[in-house]
Amino acid sequence: MNIFNEQGIERAVKGAMTSEASVPIKIRGEKVTVHYGEKQALFGVDLEVRERQVTALIGPSGCGKSTFLRCLNRMNDTIEGCRVGGNLTLDGEDIYNPAIDVVELRARVGMVFQKPNPFPKSIYENVAYGPRIHGLTRNKAEMDEVIESSLRKAALWNEVKDRLHEPGTGLSGGQQQRLCIARAIAVSPEVILMDEPCSALDPIATARIEELIDELKQNYTIVIVTHSMQQAARVSQRTAMFHLGYLVEEGATDKMFTNPDDKRTQDYITGRFG
Amino acid sequence: MTDATIGSPVARPARRDIGLKRRYAAERRFRLYGVGAIAIGILFLFALLFSVVSNGYSAFWQTSIRLAINFDPAIIDPQNKRETDPNAIVAANYPQLARDALAKKLGVDTSDRQVSRQLGKMISDGVRTQLRDMVLADPSIIGTTRDVWVLASGDVDSANKGQIDLSVDQARRKVSDQQVKWIGQLNADGTMAKRFNFGLFSFGASSRPETAGVGVAILGSFYMMAIVLVLSLPIGVAASIYLEEFAPRNRLTDIIEVNINNLAAVPSIVYGLLGLAVFIGFMGLPRSAALVGGLVLTLMTLPTIIIATRAALRAVPPSIRSAALGLGASKMQMVFHHVLPLAAPGILTGTIIGLAHALGETAPLLLIGMVAFVVDHPTTPLDPSTALPVQIYMWANEAERAFVERTSGAIIILLVFLAVMNLAAIILRNRFERRW
Repeated sequence: MNIFNEQGIERAVKGAMTSEASVPIKIRGEKVTVHYGEKQALFGVDLEVRERQVTALIGPSGCGKSTFLRCLNRMNDTIEGCRVGGNLTLDGEDIYNPAIDVVELRARVGMVFQKPNPFPKSIYENVAYGPRIHGLTRNKAEMDEVIESSLRKAALWNEVKDRLHEPGTGLSGGQQQRLCIARAIAVSPEVILMDEPCSALDPIATARIEELIDELKQNYTIVIVTHSMQQAARVSQRTAMFHLGYLVEEGATDKMFTNPDDKRTQDYITGRFG
Repeated sequence: MTDATIGSPVARPARRDIGLKRRYAAERRFRLYGVGAIAIGILFLFALLFSVVSNGYSAFWQTSIRLAINFDPAIIDPQNKRETDPNAIVAANYPQLARDALAKKLGVDTSDRQVSRQLGKMISDGVRTQLRDMVLADPSIIGTTRDVWVLASGDVDSANKGQIDLSVDQARRKVSDQQVKWIGQLNADGTMAKRFNFGLFSFGASSRPETAGVGVAILGSFYMMAIVLVLSLPIGVAASIYLEEFAPRNRLTDIIEVNINNLAAVPSIVYGLLGLAVFIGFMGLPRSAALVGGLVLTLMTLPTIIIATRAALRAVPPSIRSAALGLGASKMQMVFHHVLPLAAPGILTGTIIGLAHALGETAPLLLIGMVAFVVDHPTTPLDPSTALPVQIYMWANEAERAFVERTSGAIIILLVFLAVMNLAAIILRNRFERRW
């Protein structure tokens, strides 16, 4: 029995006990501000991410949605001159608490990037890297199991099972992105952040990733940044609309796309600006 | 043309002259300039190679004479005391043996002092150590006769290679008519032959061209390259990784960066002065030693390696770094598992180019005393030695004809080493270069 299935069952049981209205909150942001040097990129964002749901962040370019996403696993730390204010918690723990180990945080909050970025190594090594550095497996057999289950969850196993030792960079764009998702899943994170994961893909590959996101939300909390309104409507349960560094509106996706409260959301969704 | 009947055609504005002809002409001109520039470059390269090779190829052959040498105990050990005094066979008159053998071969009477002296000048003085080493290695050959190839003297070698103008009156040239006749005689019966000059690669310094070689210089250069590699690669790579991946961007690191770039442009002789002051003057390391040379060249090579390594690190796409960090790799793991392997071909190329640069460096070595007459092969980097380019410099100052070809011969050897190193850099780059 591998660790993923056990966790999956545990989560499924918990999920069954909670009703739609009272989905537990996984990540809570209060008055989050971000400065890049002198420039302020986020102004007091209050946003909650619910467990095992897909939360979509939408808004025109430069509105701060990617910045907010990168706060959630502290990838902003790597940018020089970036300061984060306010309060961000994961399961009630302060993400920016100096006592929090950023390496451990990123193992819990995985990330998939805009451009597929597999390591220039074999498919097997790509997926094996995370479990290896975190010491999640004790031997080759366990590692093989983790890799198979991760690739299965990323809906890639059937396509690559015969060529696991060929380079990951030789796959098509959509396959590469699913490989990146498999790589993120392999360290069994609780949250997966996706930064416009389909922007470099063709419509068919996009559809596959969207299907995959829908399946993944049974086990993982997902936050996705997207420029496609249709994508947000298709995959997400909740949507947050950003504009010029402010959170404009946040709520259930159905409501946001049919009856938004804010004029700007209405305009953006209908394509009047952005 | 049916339109015309339906309505007046829309008047098209006259096409403006957009200078297409001029643009194409400009491009053709530019291409011509480029071809011309390359042609000039290739011309100079060939002129250089031609002059070096045509002067130097003959240095790889050395005229030798096969003599049936009679190890006569009466000459080697006239007082017959070699059992008690080992010095007796060390100091024996070995050239006499070779002279007698040559006289016998040519059927010359050695009682004529004039003839005897000319005969002696046919054979290299190096025969003394050659025969002595044979006897020391195996004393039982005393009393027997052996066929031995001995080196001809430098002047005979030059004459045999046709490098001495024989139309000049014999009083004004190095080889007498009598000697020229002997050379012809020996060549005719196959006793004299041009053989591959292994000595050029093994001998140390010598005032006699036929026994001078780059053996000591090659060893010295090898020690220095080893020291440069062992010191500058780890130091340079560690410094680059720290500066590129870990150091904060502030005034201090800016100053360091500017200074590294400046150091790469400092004339090499300045490093020589620095090495003289620090390594020899202050630290008291021995003069002329490959160790000091290696340290000085390390200082000189470091900026080159740091600049090349930083460029290679910077060329690794940021997406790979994000991917590793996003998986929870620490910065150290990110660098050593992903960035460094991807940058390795660039680092290796930079290092080899830096080493090749150091191999050809002369000026700083002159200042730390490596321009020395070193006969014995250095056994450790602390022993006195010279370097290949310094040996070339020293031979270029010699007057004898046989040294002229040796200078070019040594240049060929140095160029071959450099070409091999550059080839290795290209092969490494092509083999390990990965695309993403």
